[in-house]
Amino acid sequence: MSESLEYDVLVIGGGPAGSTAARYAAKNGAKTLVIEKRQEIGSPVRCGEGVSLSWLEELEIEDYNRWTAARVKGARIYSPSGHMLQITEKMAGDEVGVVCERDLFDKDMARLAVEAGADFMMKTYAVSLIEEDGKFKGVMARRMGKELEIRAELVIGADGWESQVGRWAGLYEAIPPKDIMTCFQYRMTGIEFDEDYTHFYLGSEAPGGYVWVFPKGPRTANVGLGIHMSSLDGSKTPKDYLDELIASREEFSKGEPVDMVAGAVAVTHPPETVTVDGLMLVGDASRVVDPMTGGGIVNGLKQGKIAGEFAAQCVKEGRFDKEYLQEYEKRWRDRLENRLWRNYMAKEKATTLDDGTFDKLIDSLSDIELDRVSIMAILEGVQKKYPELIKEFEDML
Amino acid sequence: MSKPCIDLDACMRCGACVGTCPVNAMFLKEYTVEVNDDCTSCGLCEKVCPVGAVSLGGE
Repeated sequence: MSESLEYDVLVIGGGPAGSTAARYAAKNGAKTLVIEKRQEIGSPVRCGEGVSLSWLEELEIEDYNRWTAARVKGARIYSPSGHMLQITEKMAGDEVGVVCERDLFDKDMARLAVEAGADFMMKTYAVSLIEEDGKFKGVMARRMGKELEIRAELVIGADGWESQVGRWAGLYEAIPPKDIMTCFQYRMTGIEFDEDYTHFYLGSEAPGGYVWVFPKGPRTANVGLGIHMSSLDGSKTPKDYLDELIASREEFSKGEPVDMVAGAVAVTHPPETVTVDGLMLVGDASRVVDPMTGGGIVNGLKQGKIAGEFAAQCVKEGRFDKEYLQEYEKRWRDRLENRLWRNYMAKEKATTLDDGTFDKLIDSLSDIELDRVSIMAILEGVQKKYPELIKEFEDML
Repeated sequence: MSKPCIDLDACMRCGACVGTCPVNAMFLKEYTVEVNDDCTSCGLCEKVCPVGAVSLGGE
């Protein structure tokens, strides 16, 4: 006989989106459990760790110091031949803020969920969904090698990029390779760079993506890159690209790696639906990663809050059917979808640009006084200096 | 046709292949990546692997 547990809301995955969904579900009265397959929340880290702070108030977070490795003054974006655009915090949207310690960050989000009343269960992974009368009613799980039945009125899949829950629920098709970014990063120590900024390098050093240098402390940074899967021809891996880049720059090659991170993100458009009877998805599992930056934390947190609040409402109303869950779809899409689509279109454009175009683009922007980073301001800047280039971007106007 | 062979000494268990697999034939376990019989040898796992730990050649 396997053990059986009963909850109102079961969250699969203890990352930031899952913990936040659990936090707001529990806070609003739902009996909530988070299961996490790993033995530690937030570890191993699979992230570049750059995050804005524009969401702190919305997520009711008072202290960001406990998980902050470095506070930056702005972001610097470089073209292949070295033109630079500097973005300061007040003109940026989600590009500037802090570089975090993701393991501490994730644990802090879990703490907030626990303080709101959620239960957590570690080293516990979902084996299959329990389906009754066409509705999902929980999962069969394994905890420390023992079978466990967890019944819940509502299952929230927060199991990340490689989500099994989303696939079991039949919620999405395979992601096309052009919408997959594959990434590799070292934490390098003993390197030389301006520690007051995050740095982004565009162009063929990271085809279809970019190279990032995010400060983590004295002479230490996450140095990584993301490459569009469709730009890889099989002759070099992302690790090969990064090794070549580091070897070619003295400021990096004098340092040594103290950590390695690999991973992939979906830089795709939002899926048509992330809900079925008795189940919804949040975070990377629902594909809300920003297609331009590959960043997923902030969208996951915002969507997690919406999901948790709505989950508690479902419990109060006793409604878990797909029709009722459309209200969740509406709320998160109102909050995130326009920007996701806009940045998806921008990404589709950006991946077609060659090094010469990036040079002209950044050159024309570094001349003008940008008080806000907006698509319109950028296009106006380009029009002034390279009117012939604007034709490339006409479809974005 | 051969299933992907994963070099566990190089594999970082990052899940890039698991999320990319178009037929959901790969599973991330604590110490390994499992491939089941749904695999069609399409090769996308080999291509997406950030460290070159997956290969379809041989065996």
